[in-house]
Amino acid sequence: MCVCVCVCVCVQSGPASLPAEDISTNSNGPKQDSLFDDDPEDLFAEATEEVSLDSPERDVLLSDGPSPAITPITPPTSVITPRIGLAHDDMFTHSSFDEIEEEEGGDSFDIHIAVSDPEKVGDGMNAYMAYKVTTKTSLSLFKTDEFSVKRRFSDFLGLHSKLASKYLHIGYIVPPAPEKSIVGMTKVKVGKEDQSSNEFVEKRRSALERYLMRTVKHPILLKDPDVLQFLESSELPRAVSTQALSSAGLLRMVNKAADAVNKMTIKMNESDAWFEEKQQHFENLDVQLRKLHASVESLVCHRKELSVNTAQFAKSAAMLGNSEDHTALSRALSQLAEVEEKIDQLHQDQANADFYLFSELLGDYVRLITAVKGVFDHRMKTWQKWQDSQLLLQKKREAEAKLQFTNKPDKLQQAKDEIKELEGKVQQGERDFEQISKTIRKEVSRFEKERVKDFKTIIIKYLESLVQTQQQLIKYWEAFLPEAKAIS
Amino acid sequence: MCACVCHPTDATLQVDISDALSERDKVKFTVHTKSTLPNFKQNEFSVVRQHEEFIWLHDSFVENEDYAGYIIPPAPPRPDFDASREKLQKLGEGEGSMTKEEFTKMKQELEAEYLAIFKKTVAMHEVFLCRVAAHPVLRKDLNFHVFLEYNQDLSVRGKNKKEKLEDFFKNVVKSADGVLVAGVKDVDDFFEHEKTFLLEYHNRVKDASAKSDRMIRSHKSKNQLHFRTETQQVSCSPDRKFFLKVSELFEKTRKIEARVAADEDLKLADLLKYYLRESQAAKDLLYRRSRSLVDYENANKALDKARAKNRDVLQAETSQQLCCHKFEKISESAKQELIDFKTRRVAAFRKNLVELAELELKHAKVKGLVTVRSR
Repeated sequence: MCVCVCVCVCVQSGPASLPAEDISTNSNGPKQDSLFDDDPEDLFAEATEEVSLDSPERDVLLSDGPSPAITPITPPTSVITPRIGLAHDDMFTHSSFDEIEEEEGGDSFDIHIAVSDPEKVGDGMNAYMAYKVTTKTSLSLFKTDEFSVKRRFSDFLGLHSKLASKYLHIGYIVPPAPEKSIVGMTKVKVGKEDQSSNEFVEKRRSALERYLMRTVKHPILLKDPDVLQFLESSELPRAVSTQALSSAGLLRMVNKAADAVNKMTIKMNESDAWFEEKQQHFENLDVQLRKLHASVESLVCHRKELSVNTAQFAKSAAMLGNSEDHTALSRALSQLAEVEEKIDQLHQDQANADFYLFSELLGDYVRLITAVKGVFDHRMKTWQKWQDSQLLLQKKREAEAKLQFTNKPDKLQQAKDEIKELEGKVQQGERDFEQISKTIRKEVSRFEKERVKDFKTIIIKYLESLVQTQQQLIKYWEAFLPEAKAIS
Repeated sequence: MCACVCHPTDATLQVDISDALSERDKVKFTVHTKSTLPNFKQNEFSVVRQHEEFIWLHDSFVENEDYAGYIIPPAPPRPDFDASREKLQKLGEGEGSMTKEEFTKMKQELEAEYLAIFKKTVAMHEVFLCRVAAHPVLRKDLNFHVFLEYNQDLSVRGKNKKEKLEDFFKNVVKSADGVLVAGVKDVDDFFEHEKTFLLEYHNRVKDASAKSDRMIRSHKSKNQLHFRTETQQVSCSPDRKFFLKVSELFEKTRKIEARVAADEDLKLADLLKYYLRESQAAKDLLYRRSRSLVDYENANKALDKARAKNRDVLQAETSQQLCCHKFEKISESAKQELIDFKTRRVAAFRKNLVELAELELKHAKVKGLVTVRSR
């Protein structure tokens, strides 16, 4: 139902006059096999096709429709703009309006990725886990409907670092990859086939699956050639720069530190209240989610403890029943022991549900929010760059003015050339800044929608598991009651 | 309120604790008696007693040789509010660091916990008195009547260090003796069986009681957490209504879980604890009987020796007869006591297990409903 409302709003918003230069600045934009020429007419024709292909995504896109906070400058269709760069956008919305209405089957996102079959390859410290990545889709973006490849953890990290380097600085929220864990992996490598290493592998497998699903849910990232290559091609060049102790790793750490320092020194004049409000919102959200995550983790701990204690009590009650010489009571006590044992199992299952559904989701979002904050920081950096080049331009202009009064024609010419160049840079800086601000607005609203949807689905699943547990409990106690009554 | 099932109270003597007051470091119980017995001045009266006076009464039973053949009802445990008081204090100290809402909520919870402990200790003291009043012999005890009627302070001071040390040594001797005595196989099948049974039962009840305590404690600590989880949910997102409902749900289920833990505590843990103490008392009875048996046998040997030496025969004979008489008296009453013990035990377990199951069912159903409704 959201879809309709939002689409209406789009149609009412005035045509966005997007500078046609957008398309030429593809150096900053997503690297893609450009499916479209610069010929407006062809674009128009192909674009309509494009729209119907991607309609499921368009659902997601359009349902992001401008909320009151977002000003009408950002029509949802602008995501496609970098590729098409056309002021005919509102015509698209018109023509696709009907299709969207028909497609109103909801958010059926037509691609599903599963990560399965972790397999240990190799031996000793060079061993690694290979995971099977299976993609099922009906999008014509892919060559076949169903295919699978083998990937290892560093491949995932490599994919993320490529996407991050391409998209983060222009404002797209790139989902973060699961974290490296040297301790966990070493245990697996060494070959300990015990409970904790199995749990670790399962945790990682599930995290990788969520990571991939999140990445392809993003309409731009889905079309990225690196993503497509990752999903489809059987051989992937080994991503060496993801190793923790490599030179690239060290470089990353140095960069992170430098960024942190810079962040403290940049004082940005926030002209747009929206950004200030959103940043504050994400700060708060970050704090809350971390707290909640910690709480849920300790809940899991306690539930596990409860289950252990219940199991012990069950054994003890069984022994008590054995030594009781009144037969009916003895039997009842043994029954009690059985009931408690089953309850213990229930507790364990519940703890698993707590963990896998809730806690991991929260952990994911804590990391996602860090990515969001990173995007805001990039915007600040872009602004800084723009301001810097503006300042430089001003200085050069002053220098030129001074040179006017001296008689050095070649120096003057040089100054004039520099100024021309700088003016271009300033304009570019301003455009970059506006672009990133626009992108961020859209990304943030998409992110929020996804987040609420994610939380809702998980919570509903969690509640269902709670209901299940309760029903089982009821069954167990109902079976026990007549036994207890039979004691005479 | 009793964890055990007392014999049906008859009009001749009814005892209960009608009121209790918790002061800083002691609890004052108002013991209320209704009686038609002639030895009391009035038909209905109340006195105020403290825990030490209950212990004094119990000990006077234990030390009374005439009661050696009975299971002495176990003394109520000392009221222990330390843990609860500590928590309240901590809460007071941490008042600044949490919101007013949180503070009042936690305060309410801790106060409810305090109240629950309080009710429990009152119940346990009452059970002790009930059992004494229901016992055909013990109810006639003079000390008991004094305890019930004398409305001044009994000036029973708690044991000082010397006496506590004496007690300790007495217990050591007793347990050493107990091992020796347990080794002696009893001629009487009934008692032999009871002995083995009680020994094993006592150990297992101890184990079960400890484990059930732990289980319930971890149940309770799990509940503490949900509390904070839900408050954080609320500020989490723009979709206020949904998350508010969820956090309300968590709060409701948490309250229900708290009740479940409290009920388990009452029906299961208390039951086991009580029978731990009673089985200890039954063991003590058996010990006394074995002791008197050993005395009897020693007296027999002494008599034989005296007859052989033809010296102090009369003295040996009287002593032997006394021992014999004592032993037989104890055996007879012990038999009856142990049979009663079993009946009481079975009935108590039945009552509590049934109630436990019913309560668990009730709570599980409520929880299920609440969760389903919030979907």
